[in-house]
Amino acid sequence: MKKNHLLERLGLLLTMLFLYAPIAVLITFSFNGSKSRTLWTGFSLKWYTELFGDKRILSALATTLEVSVLAMVISTILGTAAAIGFFNMKKKPRAILMAINNIPMTNADIITGVSLMLLFVFSLGAFNATLGSVLGVELKLGFGTLLLAHVTFDIPYVILSVLPKLNQCDPNIEEAAEDLGATPWQAFVKVVLPEIQPGVVNGAIMAFTMSIDDFVISYFTAGSGCSTLAMEIYSMTRKRISPEINALSTLMFVVVLTLLAVVNIRSAREEKAAQKREATLKRKN
Amino acid sequence: MKKKYLAVPYVVWMAVFVIVPLVLVLLYALGSRDGSFTLDNFRTMTQYWGVFASSFQLALIATAVCLLIGYPVSYWLSREGPGIKRIAMIAIMLPMWMNFLLRTYAWMSILENTGIINTVLGNLGFFELFNGVFGTNLKYFPMINTPGAVVLGMVYNYLPFMILPIYTVIDKIDPKVIEAAEDLGANSIQVFWKIIFPLSLPGVLSGVAMVFIPAVSTFAISKLLGGGMTMLLGDLIEMQFYGSAYNPYLGSAISLVMMVIVLICMTIINRFGEGEGEAMYF
Repeated sequence: MKKNHLLERLGLLLTMLFLYAPIAVLITFSFNGSKSRTLWTGFSLKWYTELFGDKRILSALATTLEVSVLAMVISTILGTAAAIGFFNMKKKPRAILMAINNIPMTNADIITGVSLMLLFVFSLGAFNATLGSVLGVELKLGFGTLLLAHVTFDIPYVILSVLPKLNQCDPNIEEAAEDLGATPWQAFVKVVLPEIQPGVVNGAIMAFTMSIDDFVISYFTAGSGCSTLAMEIYSMTRKRISPEINALSTLMFVVVLTLLAVVNIRSAREEKAAQKREATLKRKN
Repeated sequence: MKKKYLAVPYVVWMAVFVIVPLVLVLLYALGSRDGSFTLDNFRTMTQYWGVFASSFQLALIATAVCLLIGYPVSYWLSREGPGIKRIAMIAIMLPMWMNFLLRTYAWMSILENTGIINTVLGNLGFFELFNGVFGTNLKYFPMINTPGAVVLGMVYNYLPFMILPIYTVIDKIDPKVIEAAEDLGANSIQVFWKIIFPLSLPGVLSGVAMVFIPAVSTFAISKLLGGGMTMLLGDLIEMQFYGSAYNPYLGSAISLVMMVIVLICMTIINRFGEGEGEAMYF
C-alpha cells in the first residue's frame, strides 16, 4: 500500500513536470541575454525594459483587457437576467433555450468564429451597400464585432454558473420580501442577488478567463484593424516571437499566481477558522 | 412584469449571433460565387478526404493519450489529502492562463533539432553512444514537424480538460459506497472496476468531448509543431477564409461536414453513458 502511494505521487509529479516544462522554458528565456530561444547567453532584464517601450504589444494588451472587461460586464448582466428568465419559464421552452445556449460551448471554436465572421461580413456588407452609402459611412470588422463575438461565447458560461444557484434559492424568501412591501427590484437587489452572488461572481470570472484566453474566435472576428495579444503572438509565430512576449507572459503568470495564492490562502484560513469554531461549539455542548 | 421576460434580450441575442450565423454557414455551403444553389462545394471537398482522415486520426490518438494519462492522474489525486488536492487543482488550471500559442511555441524550443532535448542529449554524449550501439549516424532526434509532435501539442494543451471533469466526478463519489463494497467482500480491483469506474463514466465522457472537439478542429498547433507537414481540418478551413485560397463557400461546406461528423461521434459516445446521468462540463 505505501509503495503504491509513492508510485502514485511520482505519477502526479511527472504530469506536473510535463505541464510546466514549456512554461519553465518560457520564463527562463525571458531573462536571456540574446534573442535565441534555445541557447542561453547570460542573464539580462533587457526584454522587460524593451517590453515597456513596445507600442504594438502594449496596445494589443490594452485591446485584450478592454474587450475582456467589457465582455465580462455585458455578459454578466445579460446572462444573469437571462438565467432568471429561464428559471421562471416552463420546462419545455427552457429546455429548448438551454440547448441553444449550449451550442457555442460544444461547437468547435473555429466554427463559432467562422460563422460569426460570415454574419459580420454579410451584414456589414449589406449595410455599406445600402444605408452606409447614403450616409457616407463604411463599417468594417473591428473592436465592435470582436466585442459582440466575445459576449456571445461568454454568456453561456454565466448562465451555467448562475442557474444552479437559482435552483438552490428558497422561492419563499423573495415572496416574503414582496409581502413585506419591497418592490420587485428591491426584493431582487436585497434578497435574491445576495443569494445568487457566488454564482454571478463565478460566471464573471469564467467569462473574463474565456475572453482573455481566446484566440480562434477573435482571429476570425476582429478584422485587420484590431489585434488582441493572442493574435499578435500568432502573427509573430510566422517569423519569430520576440522575447518581449516571454517577459510579458512571465509578468502575467506572476500576477495570476499571486492572485490565486492570496484567494486560496484566505479561503483555506476561513475553512480552518470555521472548523475550529465548530469544534469549540461541540465541546461546549 | 413577468420574470420570464428578463430572458428576452438574450433570446434575441442568441437568434442573431448563434442561430443566424449557423444558417449562414449552411447557405454558404450550398452556395457559390455567382449566387446560385449548388452541391459543388461538397464534390470539391472529396479531394480533401486525406485531411479529414488525418485530423480525426490525430485527434483520436490525442484523446486516447489524454484519457490514459488523465484518468489515473484524476484517480490518484482523489486519494490525496485536501491540501495536496487544492494545490494540484490550481497547478493544473494555472497553465491555462498562459496563452496556448506561447506554450506551444515553447515546445518548439524543446523539440527542435537544435532544441533543448537534442542539445542536452548531445552534450551528454548520448548520440555517440547511440550511434555506436545501433551503427547509425544520428546528430539529433528529428522530433519537430512530425505528426507525433502535433499529437504531443494536443495532449499538452487539452490534458487539463480531461483531468478536471474526471477528477470532479471521482472526488464526489461517496466513500460509504466504496466501504459498503469492501464490507461485502470486494477486493480493491473489484471496487475499482465495479464501483469507481462506472460511477466516473460521466466525467470520462465530458472529458473525451472536451478534448476531442478542440483537437479535431485545431489549426494553430499543427502549424507550429507540424511545420505545415501535417495539414489538419482547422488549417484547411482557415485557408478558405484568410489567405490565398479564399473560398468561404468551400470553407463553410467543410465546417458543416466537420460539425455534423463531430455531432454524430458525440451522440454515439453519449449513448454509452446513458443512464449514468448527464455529462457535466465543469
